[in-house]
Amino acid sequence: MIAIIDYGVGNLFSLKSSLEFLGLEATVTNEKEMINNASHIILPGVGAFGDAKEKLDKTGLRSFLIEQAKGGKPFLGICLGMQLLFEKSYEYGVHDGLSLVPGSVVPILDDLPEEKKSLNIPQIGWNALHLEKESPLFKYTDEGDCVYFVHSYYAKTEKAYLSASAEYGITVTAAVENGNVFGTQFHPEKSGEAGLRMLKAFSEI
Amino acid sequence: MITKRIIPCLDVRNGRVVKGQNFVDIKDVENPVTLAKFYNEQGADELVFYDITASFEERKLFTDILTEVAKCVFIPLTVGGGINTVDDFDRVLKCGADKVSVNSGAIKNPGLINEAAKKYGNQCVVLSMDVKRVDGAFTVFAKGGRENTGLDALEWAKLGEANGAGEIVLNSIDTDGVKNGFDLEMLNAICSVVNVPVIASGGAGNKEHFKTLFENTNASAGLAASIFHFGEVKIPELKKYLQGENIEMRII
Repeated sequence: MIAIIDYGVGNLFSLKSSLEFLGLEATVTNEKEMINNASHIILPGVGAFGDAKEKLDKTGLRSFLIEQAKGGKPFLGICLGMQLLFEKSYEYGVHDGLSLVPGSVVPILDDLPEEKKSLNIPQIGWNALHLEKESPLFKYTDEGDCVYFVHSYYAKTEKAYLSASAEYGITVTAAVENGNVFGTQFHPEKSGEAGLRMLKAFSEI
Repeated sequence: MITKRIIPCLDVRNGRVVKGQNFVDIKDVENPVTLAKFYNEQGADELVFYDITASFEERKLFTDILTEVAKCVFIPLTVGGGINTVDDFDRVLKCGADKVSVNSGAIKNPGLINEAAKKYGNQCVVLSMDVKRVDGAFTVFAKGGRENTGLDALEWAKLGEANGAGEIVLNSIDTDGVKNGFDLEMLNAICSVVNVPVIASGGAGNKEHFKTLFENTNASAGLAASIFHFGEVKIPELKKYLQGENIEMRII
C-alpha cells in the first residue's frame, strides 16, 4: 500500500486516482500507524513552503517522516513535497526542510540571466526532461518526455543528487534522488502517460 | 524549453457538451467524459470545463462528471463558470479540478482572487477576462460579455496578478466566433503588463492562426472550442504543424 501524506496541503484527488488507475492500492492518511505499514510513501504539496512546513510540524509528522525515510522505505516528494526534502527554503523568509537531500530552494527569477527575465513566473506548463543519470524512477521514461510543471522556486543541489533537469532560462532541477528518497518538481499525476509510467516505476522500487 | 500549450474548452450544460453534435471522429461526442478521454489521447495539454448550468441539480451533475473525468484523465483540468465564492473553489477542487477560473465572480468581489490564492495557492487561481474595445480602450465585460463593467483591462489584469492569480485567460469579444485569428494586439497589450502566463482565447479558425499567435505574442497557450469539437482543426496535426514551424510542442 502507498501512503499519500495528508497534512492539509493541496488537492490529493488526482494523485490517489492516478495510483488507483494503475491498479495500485493508495491511502490518503496522516495516521502514523498507517504510514508505518505502507510499503511506499508519497509526500505531495502545493502552496508556500513555510505554511507547509508549519503544518508538518503541527501534525507531528515531520520527525516521523524523516524517521520513515531514513528507515529505507521508498519515499517520493512531489512539487512542494520535493522542495520540502531539502535543507532550506528561501520562500518568504528562511525555513528548514526535512534535510533528506542536500541543497536549498530559491526563486527562479533571481537566477535568470538578464535577457531571460521576461520569462513567465511561475513556470507553468509542459517541459522536456533531460535525464541526468539512470534512476529506477525513470525505468519507463525516455529522454525528452514532457511533464507538467507549476513552480516559482527551484531546488539547487549537487550534481550527485540530480536525476533529471529541464531548461527554463536556467537549468532547473526537475528530479532528485538520494538513496531511497526521490523527488519530482513536476506533477507526475498531471503529466499524462509519461507521469503514470513514473508512478508505476516508483511502485516497483 | 517549455512548450506552448493547446487547450480545448468544453462547455457543459445538463451533463452534456454543448456544440458537440457535428464532431466527426468519435461517437457520443456530447458525453464530456468520452470527449475528455478523446482529447487526452489526441495530446491536448490541458482541458477547460465551463459549467453553464442553471440549477442546483445540474450543478451536481457537473461535479459528478468532473470526478469521472479526473479518475481517468491525468492532465491539468480547469473549471470555470459560476465561481463566486471560496466555497465554489472547494466544491470543484474536491471533485478533481486542478485550477479554477473566475470571471464575473471576481468583478463582483475583487477579494475573491486573493482569498482563494491564499487558501489554495496562486497556481490554482486563473483570472478569466472577457475584453472588448470601447472607444479604443480595452474594457472588461461581465456576465458572459453582456455587461460593460467600465474596468480598464490592463489595470484589471495587473490587479488580478497582484492579488494572486497564477494565470490569465484573455478572451477577446472582438474576435470571438469570427474565426479570423486571435486578437494579437489585445494579447500583446495584456502580456506586456503581467508576468504570469497568458492564455489566448477567441478567434482561432485554422492552424495558421496558432502559428501567428505564438510567433507574434508572448501567449503561453491557445484555447479554442468549436474548431476542435467540429474537427476543423485536429490537435495531433496542429501540434505537428507547429513543431515543424519551430514552435515548441509536447508531442505524444
